[in-house]
Amino acid sequence: MLKLDIDLKMKERARDAAANIAGSFDWLFGGYSSLAIERTVLRLLGVDGALEDGKPLPNVVVDHLQTIGGMGKGAAIPVANAMLAKKMDVMEVAQAVGRGELDLGKIPPQDPQAVFDVLNTLADKMLSHIRAQRDTRKAMFAKYGPRRVPAIYVIVATGNIYEDAVQAKAAASEGADVIAVIRSTAQSLLDYVPFGATTVGFGGTYATQENFRIMRAALDEASEQQQRYISLTNYASGLCMPEIAAMGAIERLDLMLNDAMYGILFRDINPKRTLLDQYFSRMINAFAGIEIQTGEDNYLTTSDAIEKAYTVTASQLLNEQFALLSGVKPEKMGLGHAFEIDPEIENSFSYELAHALLTRELFPDAPVKYMPPTKYASGNIFKTHLMGAMFNFIGQLTGQGVQLLGMMTEAIHTPHLVDRSLAIENAQYIFKAVKNLGDNLSLVPDSFVNQRANLVLTQAVEFLEKVASEGLFPAMARGDFADIKRPENGGKGMDGVFRREEGYFNPFLDKMKKELGL
Amino acid sequence: MSTKDMIRPYGDTSGDGKMQLSFSLPVPADAWGKEAARLLLKSMGFDEIDVCGVRYLGEGFTHFIAYAATAAFVDPASIKVKVVETPVMDMDATDAYITENIGRKLTVVGACIESDAHTVGIDAIMNMKGYNHRFGLERYQMFNAINMGAQVPSEELLRRAREENADAVLVSQVVTQKNIHIDNLTKLIELAEAEQLRDKILFICGGPRISHELAIELGYDAGFGTGSYSTDVGSFIAISIAEKQIKK
Repeated sequence: MLKLDIDLKMKERARDAAANIAGSFDWLFGGYSSLAIERTVLRLLGVDGALEDGKPLPNVVVDHLQTIGGMGKGAAIPVANAMLAKKMDVMEVAQAVGRGELDLGKIPPQDPQAVFDVLNTLADKMLSHIRAQRDTRKAMFAKYGPRRVPAIYVIVATGNIYEDAVQAKAAASEGADVIAVIRSTAQSLLDYVPFGATTVGFGGTYATQENFRIMRAALDEASEQQQRYISLTNYASGLCMPEIAAMGAIERLDLMLNDAMYGILFRDINPKRTLLDQYFSRMINAFAGIEIQTGEDNYLTTSDAIEKAYTVTASQLLNEQFALLSGVKPEKMGLGHAFEIDPEIENSFSYELAHALLTRELFPDAPVKYMPPTKYASGNIFKTHLMGAMFNFIGQLTGQGVQLLGMMTEAIHTPHLVDRSLAIENAQYIFKAVKNLGDNLSLVPDSFVNQRANLVLTQAVEFLEKVASEGLFPAMARGDFADIKRPENGGKGMDGVFRREEGYFNPFLDKMKKELGL
Repeated sequence: MSTKDMIRPYGDTSGDGKMQLSFSLPVPADAWGKEAARLLLKSMGFDEIDVCGVRYLGEGFTHFIAYAATAAFVDPASIKVKVVETPVMDMDATDAYITENIGRKLTVVGACIESDAHTVGIDAIMNMKGYNHRFGLERYQMFNAINMGAQVPSEELLRRAREENADAVLVSQVVTQKNIHIDNLTKLIELAEAEQLRDKILFICGGPRISHELAIELGYDAGFGTGSYSTDVGSFIAISIAEKQIKK
């Protein structure tokens, strides 16, 4: 059995340091909220749709509350108050606010118990729907059998959701287990979620609830045809992280990219905003049974994959601890890493093997997300295809959870139909060829692979202990992560963070925490 | 010039014109579909067509792999390319060149503009660390390098360039779906012209699908594609600014 010989004390120290860091944000998670979180509450209460100019109704209501200074108690109470006073349903209230006919600040307070009753009824209704989606997924896996390990994950990125659906079904027929619909490149910095089906976008199309529904329907059809449950994934990241998580829970996405720190480091989103939003969005994912995935591969595309390997380990440990705080179970944590070492380096494969085994060793229950070569993918598609094969070899040999297949045209364009098909053929051949090879192999105790894995772990421990003693925000401000400086009060979306007033109420947060045992 | 001097594909015999082709068609993977592939190649002027690989892709699509011979050729005398012609110096040589010929630090402002969120190109050229054993412009003694990062509006890039009294603006465009890079690059250069910055600053673009020829066509001073390094860009800036000064 291929297994590392890891210093267990170091493993413990790494987890302790990460737990210390993640555990120091009670003041934030318990004392603040964000506009994105409040928009999510409204969506979960049933507010959907957009004004004629495209502005989504959840934004309309939240912006209105902010203008009148009525946000401190959250969006749920003033909306329920208006429902009672005006005898309207939740959509009628949102639409009346949208038409400028209703000022939520000018409605006399109704009986508090009646307000809570309205909210509880609506919240219970939505949570039952999400529970039903969770049960449907479970039933599908029970009917068709579990996902293969590693699962075959491919992207579609035509920019048109209907075209994406055709390509996704083709990929499923060839063996794909997970389909990701790539988002339009600028979506993470939009402070709203577009409404309706979209046929435009660059490098992908928008994450919208309707697009989720269209893809889920296409993949349910494909699941039936293939007698295999085909999972759907998207990206709960950027300024609308929890809203996208909620949409995914409603429409039965199965996985969701949902990193605790990615937005801060790689999209310059305010640190407080990001941590708050990830806390709530991951709770939604946990409740809905959605597997989260994290974006550690990004550390290696911006820095050297050998020198900075420990930043991946450190980030995985932090992502794990933050996820636990939101109720995500280890078997739903698709922690990330990547095969990004320069192929010109001698023994690059041994380094990759050490890093891949370390991730498996540290997170034995996690369906680890393994990313393909991208940085050294080139216009030489034949070589890139070969690198994809080496990557697939490690994926199967070390039992990674989800293999994000490398495309031979990675460096050229979003994948053509043929590129995706050849990638699946590559993976299927290698996975079959080396299926049980790992059972026959063991590592020499003092071998390079063992030494290398222990060195990376030690570097991660030193780094995490330093961050724990100095604080995560000061460390980010100094540029300790990914060589990028992110001050606590800088970045986009900072003005969307607010302090909760006495009497703040988010019915979903309370109910989900209770059910998740938090 | 005799036909012997013409450039033709070389498979395994001089002038055999053999080419390797790979494409997909919305046809089934049967004899009918294969004939569709052969006829397509024939209509493209290919001869000796051997459709050697047929793979069904699902949803009514099929992948074809083929070898075929073409009678087409290229006259070497007809080939004209535009390339950046300034010599390439390493970091130390560029710093020394700037010190000697310009005598002050050069300011370079760079960004991925508009919708583009992919900083890998601009980072490879500008970040301290650089790429593939070449340090980025931030590491150079004689460059004041400012990397504004991703999704920077054109207006903001130009505002910063004006504030910093920049000598050069570097623009990276990685996403090229539906030619968005052309739209973005055109927007920037038109704004620069409107703001009368075009002739005061060197405008340089880069990205995997950008060539020097395309850059010139769009109104830039230079374009750097795949395989370009900080040394290429740094040398070009240093030499171009020095030459501009001489002209003044």
